[in-house]
Amino acid sequence: MYEHGLWAESFRRLRKDRLAVSGGILVIFLFICSFLAPLLAPYDPGEINVREVISPPSLKHPMGTDQLGRDVLSRVIWGSRISLKVGFVAVGIAIVIGAFLGAISGYYGGWIDTLIMRFVDVMLCFPTFFLILAVIALLEPSIWNIMVVIGVTGWMGVARLVRAEFLSLREREFVLAARALGSSDLRIIFLHILPNALAPVLVSATLGVSGAILTESALSFLGIGVQPPTPSWGNILTAGKDNIEIAWWLSLYPGFAILFTVLAYNLLGEGLRDALDPRLKV
Amino acid sequence: MFAYLVKRLILMIPLFFGITLISFIVMHLAPGSPTDLQTQMNPKVSVEAIQRLRAFYGLDKPVHVQYLIWLKRLVKLDFGNSFSPDNRKVVDKISERIPITIIINLLSLFLILLVAIPIGVLSATHKNSLFDKFTTVFVFIGFAMPTFWLALLLMILFGVQLGWLPISGLKSLGYMPSSYLLIFLDRVKHLILPVLLSAFGGLAGFSRYVRSNMLEVIQQDYIKTARAKGLPERQVVYHHALRNALLPVITILGLSVPGLIGGSVIFETIFAIPGMGQLFYGSVMARDYPVIMGILVIGAFLTLLGNLVADISYSLADPRIRNN
Repeated sequence: MYEHGLWAESFRRLRKDRLAVSGGILVIFLFICSFLAPLLAPYDPGEINVREVISPPSLKHPMGTDQLGRDVLSRVIWGSRISLKVGFVAVGIAIVIGAFLGAISGYYGGWIDTLIMRFVDVMLCFPTFFLILAVIALLEPSIWNIMVVIGVTGWMGVARLVRAEFLSLREREFVLAARALGSSDLRIIFLHILPNALAPVLVSATLGVSGAILTESALSFLGIGVQPPTPSWGNILTAGKDNIEIAWWLSLYPGFAILFTVLAYNLLGEGLRDALDPRLKV
Repeated sequence: MFAYLVKRLILMIPLFFGITLISFIVMHLAPGSPTDLQTQMNPKVSVEAIQRLRAFYGLDKPVHVQYLIWLKRLVKLDFGNSFSPDNRKVVDKISERIPITIIINLLSLFLILLVAIPIGVLSATHKNSLFDKFTTVFVFIGFAMPTFWLALLLMILFGVQLGWLPISGLKSLGYMPSSYLLIFLDRVKHLILPVLLSAFGGLAGFSRYVRSNMLEVIQQDYIKTARAKGLPERQVVYHHALRNALLPVITILGLSVPGLIGGSVIFETIFAIPGMGQLFYGSVMARDYPVIMGILVIGAFLTLLGNLVADISYSLADPRIRNN
C-alpha cells in the first residue's frame, strides 16, 4: 500500500472520487477562462454602448447588458481573473504567515507557543469582516490591499493546524536523527518537519480559496472591493442591486459564477481531505 | 462552578488587552498619523474635528502613552465624538444601533437551531437515505452560496415579482395602523427576509455538524447498552444520543458569533436596516474613524461575551467540564 508514497496514493484515491474530480475539472475550466479571457469574451468588458442599456438576455448578449450597455457575459468572463487572483494571493499570504507562526509555536513550545496561541485567540475574537472593513477604510480600497487584508486576517486556522502537526511530528525518530546529525533548528523546522505537515495545509488552502473568493465578492458588492470599471463578480451584482426592479439578469448570472466557483473549490478540498487521510471520512 | 467561572473570567483579561492593542495598532496602521490621513482624504472634516482627534489620542506623546490614554477612556466607554456633521458621542450612536442587530442575530440563531438539529438528527439516523443525500447537496450549496446574492434573488422573487414582502427598512413608510397588532405584523414582515438570510449561512454548517456528532455518538457503548436493554429506538435517539451529540454544538454556537456579527454588515446594508452593521458600513464609507474604532472594539467584546456564555452553558450542561 505504501509503495507509492503518500501523494501518489492520495492522488489515486482522489481520482476515484467523482465529486472531487468534477470540482477539479471546474477549477481547471475557470483557470482556462481567466487565462483566455481576451479570446473567450465576445466583447470588450469595458465597451459602453448607450443604445443597448439594460437589455435582457438575447442571442447577441447571452447574459444581457448592464446600465452602461456593457456585455455582462464578457464582464463575467473577465471577472474570473479577479477571483482567481484574490483566491490564490490571499490564501498564499495566509499560508505563509500561518505555517511560519504555527511551526515556531509547535516546535519550540513554552512561552513562545503560549504567546503565539494567545495572539491567535485574540485575532479570532474580531469579527473578520469588521477587521477587514476597518483596515480597508484606513487604506485605499484596491485589489492588492484586499488580497493582503484577507490574507493577514485569515491565517489563524492554518497556524493552529500546523502547530498541531508539529506537536506530534517533533517527537518522531526522523527529527531526532536530524538533530543528532547536527541540523540547525531552522533546517529541522522547514526542511524536515514542515514538508510532513503539508497535507492538512493543502486541504485548508483549497477551502480557504473559496472563502477568500466569497469575501472579495462581498466586499466588491458593498463597493469597498475591486473598484469599477474593473469587472468583478461582486461589483456586477452591485449593478444588479441598483437596478433590481428592472434587470434581474444583472443579479442572476454573476451569482452563479460565484456559487459554482466556490462549490468547485469546496468539492476539491473535501475530496483532498478524504484522499489524504481516509481515516477521517465520515 | 464558581471557581470555574472565576478562572474563565481571569482568562479573559489578556484577551481583552490583546483586542485593545490590535485595535490600536489598526488605527495607527495608516501611513502617517490618523489625523494626517483625515486631512488628506476627507475635505469635509473640520479643523476642530482634527484637533479633537489629536487630543483624543494625545498624538504629541510617545506611542505607549497614547495607548494608555486611549485605554483609560475606553474603560469609561469613551470613544470620542463622531466626525459626521451631527458630531455626537460615538458610544451613543452605537448603543442605539445595537439592539436591532442583536435581535436579528438571536432570532436567526434560534431559527438555525430549530431547523438544523432535526435535519442533522434525521440525516444521521437515516444515513445514505434519499433525505440524507438531499441534505448533503443542500449543505454543499449552502457553504458555497454568497448570502448577499441569495438576498438579491429573494428580494427579486418575494419583493419585486410577487410583492409579498417589503425589501427594505424596518417599517413601512407612511403606514399608520390602528392597532399594535398591525404594527407588530408590519415589523415581522420586514424582518422575515433579513432573519432568514442571516440564518442561512449557519444552517448548512450546523446541520452537518449535528449529523457528524450524531453519527459518532451512535457508535458509543452507552447507546449499545440502551438498545440492549430494550429501549424503543425513539428514546435511544432523542434521549440518550441527541443530548450527548448536542454538547459540542454549544461551543460552535459561541464560535459562530463573530461570523454572525460580521455578516450583519452585509444584510443590514442590503435591507437598509438601521443596525450596527449599517452604521459600520456608513462610517467606513465616510471614514468616520472614531465610530469605526468603537464598533471594531465592541464587536470583539461581543464575541468574547458570546464565547463566555457558550463556555458557561457548556459547563452547566456537562458535569465533566466543571468538575475538572
